[in-house]
Amino acid sequence: MSGDHLFVLGATHHTAPLAVRERLSLPAESAEALRTELAGLPGLREFTMVSTCNRIEFYGVASAPTVAAEVQRAFCERQHFTAAEFEQFRLSLTGPGAVQHLLEVTAGLDSQMLGETEILGQVKEAYGEAQARGHTGAVLNRVFQKAFQSAKHVRSNTAITEGQVSIANVAVELAGNIFGSLAQTRILLVGAGDIGEKTAKAFQSRGAAALSVASRRLERAMELANQLGAFAVPFWLMPVKLADFDVVACATSAPDVVVTLSAVQAAMRRRPARPLFLIDLALPRDIDPAVADLENVFLYNLDDLAKIAEQNRAAREAEIGKCRALIVERATALWRQVEPRLSGGNAANAFPQVKAES
Amino acid sequence: MFAGMSDRSWLWLAAECYLAGLLLGTYTLVRGGRQAGGWINLIITAGYIFQLVGLGLRGHAVGGCPLGNTFEIFQFTAWSAITLYLVVGVTFRLSLLGFFTASLAAALTLVSLSIPAWDATRRAHIFGGNGWIELHAALALFSYGVFALLALTSAMYLLRNYSLKSKNLGGWFTFLPSIYDLDHISVRLLITGVAIMTAALSVGATYWLRDPERVNPVKIVVTVAIWAAYSAALAMRLHGLLLAKRFSWFLVGLFAAALISLWPVDNSRHPKEPNPAVQAPR
Repeated sequence: MSGDHLFVLGATHHTAPLAVRERLSLPAESAEALRTELAGLPGLREFTMVSTCNRIEFYGVASAPTVAAEVQRAFCERQHFTAAEFEQFRLSLTGPGAVQHLLEVTAGLDSQMLGETEILGQVKEAYGEAQARGHTGAVLNRVFQKAFQSAKHVRSNTAITEGQVSIANVAVELAGNIFGSLAQTRILLVGAGDIGEKTAKAFQSRGAAALSVASRRLERAMELANQLGAFAVPFWLMPVKLADFDVVACATSAPDVVVTLSAVQAAMRRRPARPLFLIDLALPRDIDPAVADLENVFLYNLDDLAKIAEQNRAAREAEIGKCRALIVERATALWRQVEPRLSGGNAANAFPQVKAES
Repeated sequence: MFAGMSDRSWLWLAAECYLAGLLLGTYTLVRGGRQAGGWINLIITAGYIFQLVGLGLRGHAVGGCPLGNTFEIFQFTAWSAITLYLVVGVTFRLSLLGFFTASLAAALTLVSLSIPAWDATRRAHIFGGNGWIELHAALALFSYGVFALLALTSAMYLLRNYSLKSKNLGGWFTFLPSIYDLDHISVRLLITGVAIMTAALSVGATYWLRDPERVNPVKIVVTVAIWAAYSAALAMRLHGLLLAKRFSWFLVGLFAAALISLWPVDNSRHPKEPNPAVQAPR
């Protein structure tokens, strides 16, 4: 067959276990060196490299099918893989299959956390870099731009991104159901562990500005508060200060309850009209379950949040068929537009500057 | 196409628009998709315009604000609620409020259109040419429209509260506004409703003090009781004595009572009406 070939080559979380993905990941300097090497590869007319913690993918337009093998060789040499080893978990698609794969990736359908939207930003960034360096041409420009439009279309017309699927994000979404905007919401994090920190960061990512941290070890609270740009609250003062906060997320390793019924009752007497959202991320539990019966108090523990995350995940999975149908339709139409350009070999002058340097 | 249409035909058109809004909202909710807010607003606006024309024609025919029978009172209350929604809904962008408002307006208008007895007699010039009485009646009925919208936001609060307390957040609960926003808008609507009703009663009181014989005591007692109940709810809410779920239940119940109270209020006027009743054209 004459003309150019569109391909995608790489490895993702679907086939490569975590230990392998660690070896696949490219530090910034290596990525830069690899890009320069690929830009000089004879027959590789266009390429974009997408590298995230869950995938490494090379999208390319080549003058011959053998060029993809050259890309693989260059990558494997740099990352110290043998060809046989890499081929155990290799993803390799060409033509319409490659187009459909990209559309699925940008729509979050191929992500480990189904329907997540961060991948779209990562692919956009990768494409932006390739475009800025002149590594893309008529074919990849068309394919990537249409893939971004397709991702938006899928998101708008299905429920693939509805509902959060991580514990921290579910907690943030619940806070939105209670307070609407989180900009004016005051948040207290009790316990300075990893889960608490992730939750605090999730709140900050949704615009929560007034964040405080309380921990049995004040120095640890201050350390985390500094890291998050928050305030530190002495642990013994926490029950008294409860009324000053709208959201209290507890994630301590204390063996007993740290937020008691009487403390919450006292807090609600001081703020009866304003809801209080209590998030218990600890095991054993930090918050007395009896507070759930109080008016205007909403208590969610780890099991509640996990259950909601699971329901959301199931709801997203139920949308896969609908998403795939939309993607197949768009991928087919896109391939029809791209195929003549490949047959014509009109990408021959892609990234001429880089080639001239090599 | 529309030339020569009777006021009732316009009001039927309006009711059908509100029903279409209700059906569209229900369809999108059942399908689990996002609310077609833009379409619902468009349909409600169309219904509002048709209703405005219908009430305008009726007002022209009876020589004043059309508040002369139960049919007209229900129509005017629905129209007031929609007027408020078009301001509140656009300003606060409360998700699902359009659907709930369309449902209420469809119920009020279709029920009033389906009971011919409510519109059997049309009374012209019921305000005897007194603009102040007309203003009093229009303001009083407008405050009922505000309370109708308030009952809707309160009902939405109860649903949101239930979903959060029972940890049932999927399905169409997803589209409800936040509990804080619903409480906030309810308080504002309550303040607005009480202010408008206070103004209505103040205007009415001036007239009543001048000529106490002309006003039926049943009407005064019922109206003042409704005003006092809403005012008490506002005072207790502002002082933190009536909050959250109890506040919302109280407002939903109070609106039901206010709606029922329209009956004795309307009936109380008949024996002392200055103008003879005219048979409504069918």
